[in-house]
Order: sequence, then structure tokens, then C-alpha cells
Amino acid sequence: MLQVTDLACMRGDRLLFHGVTLNLEPGQMLRLAGPNGIGKTSMLRILCALVHPEHGEIRWHGKNILKEREAFHADVLYLGHAASLSELLTPLENLELMARIACHRQSDDKACEQALDRIGLGERLDLPCKVLSAGQRRRVGLARLFLAADKPVWILDEPFSALDVRAVADLAETLDEHCDRGGLVIYTTHQEVAFRTPVTTLDLAEYAA
Amino acid sequence: MNAFAAILRRDMLLAWRSRADLLISLAFFVIVGCLFPFGVGAEPNQLRAIGPGVLWVAALLSCLLSLHRLFAQDYQDGTLEQMLLSPDPTVLWILAKVLAHWLTTAVPLLLITPLMALMFDLEGGAIQVLTASLAIGTPILSLIGAVGAALTLGLRGGGALLALLVLPLFVPVLIFGAGSVDAYLSGTGASAHMLLLGGGVLGSLALSPVACAAALRISTE
Repeated sequence: MLQVTDLACMRGDRLLFHGVTLNLEPGQMLRLAGPNGIGKTSMLRILCALVHPEHGEIRWHGKNILKEREAFHADVLYLGHAASLSELLTPLENLELMARIACHRQSDDKACEQALDRIGLGERLDLPCKVLSAGQRRRVGLARLFLAADKPVWILDEPFSALDVRAVADLAETLDEHCDRGGLVIYTTHQEVAFRTPVTTLDLAEYAA
Repeated sequence: MNAFAAILRRDMLLAWRSRADLLISLAFFVIVGCLFPFGVGAEPNQLRAIGPGVLWVAALLSCLLSLHRLFAQDYQDGTLEQMLLSPDPTVLWILAKVLAHWLTTAVPLLLITPLMALMFDLEGGAIQVLTASLAIGTPILSLIGAVGAALTLGLRGGGALLALLVLPLFVPVLIFGAGSVDAYLSGTGASAHMLLLGGGVLGSLALSPVACAAALRISTE
């Protein structure tokens, strides 16, 4: 479904990794591993067509993602390192905006409120995001997962950082459910997290230049 | 259109919640306009002659002052990445951001222009022409400025570079904008200048979002 062929990535004038070839099928969970600075975030950004790879190509349903960018983006959810929140907007306003930009099928008030409720931010709806803690901000970002069941590919950069133990378990369950639905999850983490779904690990250190 | 409406609404809301920033651009326009009579002396004929040009330059600088904010905040907090990942066409939501910039910076300026023009002793007809020329010309500033803002995104000293990059491009707008009032006062009529400005709006409307999208993709890599 998602085919990666002979991928290489440059950052500045340094070659980070090369020769990465992958074939990901529905229901699969892929963890990118490796020490800091090995290019995990760069790899995720290449996988969601934000960055051009130095070499190689990525095909989604047989089509090059850089050429069919808009069609590919309709199928992808990417949660980056930054929480993508405007400090001056409330969690609800932020979530609604993100849902609309990403064209989620559910993007109305009600769906967003429910998503925030499920992630445990039900009572924080009318505070601006600048007063929220790091963990709460992370949760606002993660609330998008509940609206994004219609997007098959989830690409998550350090989704577990700043979360408490229970939230980590809940998130793992959400990712498992997505794989059960036939979705595809690609993530990075430095934490050990238990999943029901078997996890394929790609150690970028093996491909380092 | 989903992303267009959502981003337009959000940018207006953000502008309202940080309205002190908007007041700064507006106050800048007023103060720059006020400085000139002090500098060149309060001789009415002289003021009438320089009035349109001064107000146009002040408008241009005030627009420049707010341009670097167009994408900077979104770039920092990662929202820009999410916008680039939207399945909606990139040019659409860029237009939404530019429209929001124009509505929040140029429109307040247009509203206060007649008052400023009175200070330069311009007569009613000339004030109308000046305001109309600003109304048609300022969208060009926002559109061209957006490309500059996208290109200088994330650079150190981006603000100064942005000024160097876009001010030369603003020159034709300034010539036809300020020239329209002179043309009106000399009796030849301002319609030629207005049509040229209108053409400029359409031209930049067609080209700038595409250039802006390409620049944003480069800046976020």
C-alpha cells in the first residue's frame, strides 16, 4: 500500500541515511528507532511529503506522493513535534481549525467537543492554549486522532512524550484500534509502549551513512 | 473551500485577540504621516503637493511592518505544516491568509486616510481619489508582500531582508497610487491610474499565491 524505495535523506550537506526500502500493508504498525539526530523526524516529514527526499521515491496506492500530493494528503494525518496550536485560541477552536484544514469528515463543534472529552480535556474548553501544560497541549493535538478515523495513514512524531501513564495506555489502545480498522501507523518514540498489534521496528542507525 | 473559510475565520479571530498589534500598524501610519508637516514646514501649498505621496509611503511602510507576522507565528508553532498537509489546494488558504492580512491592516488604514488627508489640506475630490487608490492598491501590497514573507520565513534578520526584497516591488504601486491624485488634480482624470492598479491586483492575484506556495514549501523543508 505504502511503498518506499531506496530512500535517502540529506540535512544541510550531511547524508543522514540511505537505502531505506519498505513496503507497508494495512493494519501494520511501524516504529522508527535510532538515536537522536539520526533522522527520524526527517524521515516522517519525507513520508508525509513535507520534505523532498534526496533520493528514492514513495508510492501510495502505486502513485508517487509528491506528484499526487493533495490526494495523498486526504489520506494522511501527521502530528509533528510541535503541537500546532495557536496560543491565543482555545483547545476547541484549535481542534476545529485543524479538523477543517485536514478536511476530516467530522469537523463540527459537537465532534470536536466529544474528542476533547475523550482525551480528558472536557472542562478546559474555554481557556486559551497558552495557559495549558505541555501534557495538556499534547492531548489537544492527540484529540485529532478521534476525528481522523477516515484517514488510513497516521504518522506520529513522539506521540507519547509529556503524557502520563494512563494517557500512554489510552493512546496505545487508540493506535491499536486504528490498526484493527485496517489503518497504518508510523511513529517514533523513546519510550517502551505495549501494543496488541505486532510492531515492525525500523532502526535508522542501520541505514546511517 | 473548507480550509479557506476556516483559516480566514481563524486569522480574523487571532487578529482580534491580539488587536494591540493592529493598533501599532495603524498608529505607525498616523505618526509617520504627522512627522512630515513638522519636517517640511506647514505651508499649505507644499503640504497639498506632498500629501498623497506621503500618505502612500506611510501606508506602504505600515503594511510592511505587519507583513513579517503573516506566516511567522504559524511557522513557529507548527500550524503552517498542518496547513501544507491540507488536501485543499495550497493557493486557496494562502489567499485566505492574504485576505485576512488585508482586512486587518489595510482596511483600518483606509478608514483613517480621509482624516489624515485633511491634515494635508487635500480637497474632497482628491481625498476620494486617494482613498480609492489605496483601496485598489493595498491588496497588491499584501499579495506581493506575502511572497516576500514566505521567502524570508525562519531566516535570521528576516524582517530587514523582507523590506529589501519587497519595497522595490512596491514602487510601481506607489507611482500609480500617488500619481492618481496628481492626475485628478491636473484635470486629466485618475481613471488610467486606477485601471493600471486594478490590472496590478488581478495580475498579482493570479501569480502571487502560486509563488507563495512554492516559497512556503522551500521554507518549511
